[in-house]
Order: sequence, then structure tokens, then C-alpha cells
Amino acid sequence: MLKIGLFAFGGGYAMISFFENEFVAKRKWLSADEFSDMVALAESTPGPLAINSATYIGYKTGGVSGSVLCTVAVCIPSFTVIYLISLFFNAFLNIGWVAAAFKGIRTGVIFLILSAGVKMFIKLPKTVFNIVIFAATVACMIAFSVLSVNFSSVFYILISGAVGLTVYLIKRLKDRKKDKSDDIS
Amino acid sequence: MIYLKLFLTFMKIGAVSFGGGYCMISLIREETLAAGWLTESELMNFIAVAESTPGPVAVNMATFIGSSQGGFLGALTATLGVVLPSFAIILVIAALINNVLKYAGVRATLNAIRPAVAGLVISTAAILFSSAVFGFESLGDGFSFDPKALILLVVISAVCLTSYLLRKKSLSPVLIVIFSGFAGALFYYPF
Repeated sequence: MLKIGLFAFGGGYAMISFFENEFVAKRKWLSADEFSDMVALAESTPGPLAINSATYIGYKTGGVSGSVLCTVAVCIPSFTVIYLISLFFNAFLNIGWVAAAFKGIRTGVIFLILSAGVKMFIKLPKTVFNIVIFAATVACMIAFSVLSVNFSSVFYILISGAVGLTVYLIKRLKDRKKDKSDDIS
Repeated sequence: MIYLKLFLTFMKIGAVSFGGGYCMISLIREETLAAGWLTESELMNFIAVAESTPGPVAVNMATFIGSSQGGFLGALTATLGVVLPSFAIILVIAALINNVLKYAGVRATLNAIRPAVAGLVISTAAILFSSAVFGFESLGDGFSFDPKALILLVVISAVCLTSYLLRKKSLSPVLIVIFSGFAGALFYYPF
């Protein structure tokens, strides 16, 4: 686990193949089926993919104590590295060309965020429902930012989840009614 | 109590960050700016560092911001806060509900969150873009056009697109950070 935390540059998806190699092929802690279940679960619950998978694998192999151990282990490398960096970061930024480089990097980060968003959008199934939610989120977010209205991102997530559930329930209700009327006729 | 505040803030971030990585960017930005912990450019520096070091971006961001606000203990509480919700949720699911994803209602809820998260990430990028290039974020801000940032962004996008077209693979974030660092040093240093 420690090893994986150390090598997984760039987060989540980089780890998946590491995990598969280590736990399915080498140690046989999980079967291939269990592994794909785990990835689906880790993707759809909140939190970093690596942490979610570590907790899950830890629990499946060593119960609650196993999951605590794995989760802590996967965090230790990045925690140590970042903590050390954070100690020297400000002094580092005082060097003229470093400050200039970071000015460029900040622009690069905008590009990174944008491309992450675009990738997520491309992966979405393009249903009417998804596009409406997506467009509404973008519109509200930008409008609120321009008007400097405080509206936490948490609400977008909660609201869209609630909308999804409502749409699903309405659909089911309709299906049931249809079934009943089919029975009568 | 800075430690408690760090812990609670990052717990909130950890609890709703569906999809990992950048999905929590908009929330981290709101929370840290509102708390006065970081300025926008400090935040972008931190994102670059978090992205180019090993480990999940969320954990890295929590450690970094925690350390900048409350030293070692701050880093520890913030990291603990961001990890705890996902740990608890996965533990409950792994222990009690064997196959939570087979319920259609759960899937419908989670599927609806996905487009919202994509929207949050894209609009955050748009807001950051407007703030970096035009100095404009909300009504009342003046406009201050920064042509260098715009040129830099165009160059970076062009390089990434060419590499994508040539190699059918997108450049790794680390390479993008290194490249934009070099470009920035060339662009801004002599002046």
C-alpha cells in the first residue's frame, strides 16, 4: 500500500493498474470480478479513488483494522512529501525566476482544470437529462460568480442528486400505472 | 480554533467530492477563499504542486493548505478531515451493503451528480480564465487585460492538442506543469 501511494503520480486512475497488478495478479487478495466491483464503487462514492479502493481492499482482507491500516498507509507518502514541500515553498517562491515560472504554471493549471472538465463532459452519456443538468450548473455557477452571490458547490451536487432521484421515482410510478392499466385491459 | 476549522472544512470537501481529483476544485476554491486562507494565485500554485507530486490531489491539497495555516498539526487535521468521510462511507458499504450499486435509485442519484460535477469543473476553469486574462471575476471588478496569460494559454493548448493528435495520448499533468513553468520563466522573468 505504501508503495502504491508513493508511485501514483497524478491521482486516481494512475493507481488502478497498479492496484490490479498488485492485488489481483500478484497477491490474489481479490478476484477480477471483485476488483471491477470495487472500481465501480470507488468511482461513484465521494472521495479520492485511491483512498476509497484502499479502504475497501483493506476491509476485505483484514476487517476494520485492515482498512484503517491501508487507508493510513496510502496517505503517508503524499502527506510526507507535501508537508516537506510546504515548509520550503514560500522561500522557494522568493527566487525571481521561480516566481516567474509559477506565474506560467498558474496559467497551465487553468488549462489542466479545463481539460479535466472537458474530459468528464465527453465521458458523459449525452442524454437530454445530463445536458440539462450540465448546462444549468454552468449557467448558474457563472451567473452567481459574476454577481458575486455566495452559493456553495455542495448545493449543486445535492440538488442534482435529488433531481436524479425524483426523475427516477416519477418514471417508476408511471411505469407502474401503465402496468396496472395493461392488466385491467 | 484553526485546527477544528480545518478539519471541518476539509471533511465537508471530502464528503461531497464525487469523482476525485478536480471535482473538488470549485469547493476547495470557495472554502479557502472565503476563509481567507489563500489568495487565488496561491491556490493555483498549490494545485500545481498537488498535481505534480504523488498521491491523490485531494489529500495533497488538504496537507498543503493545512500546513500553511497550522503547521504540522494543521496538515494532519486537514488530511484526516478530507479522508474520513470517504473512509466511513466505504467501510459502511463494504461491511453492510454488499452491492449498493445494484439499486436503480442509487444509480439514478449518482448518475445525476456526474453532469453537475462536470459543469462545476468547466465553469471554475472559465471563471479562473476570466480572472487571469481579463482580471474580471464579478461586477465591480475593473478589466485589466493580460495578453501574456492569453498567449501562454494558447501556446499550452496548442502544444497539448498537437501531442494528442500525434500520439493519441494526452500529455501528463506533470509535463504540462513543467512546460508551463519553463514558458512562464521565459515570459515573465526578464521584465
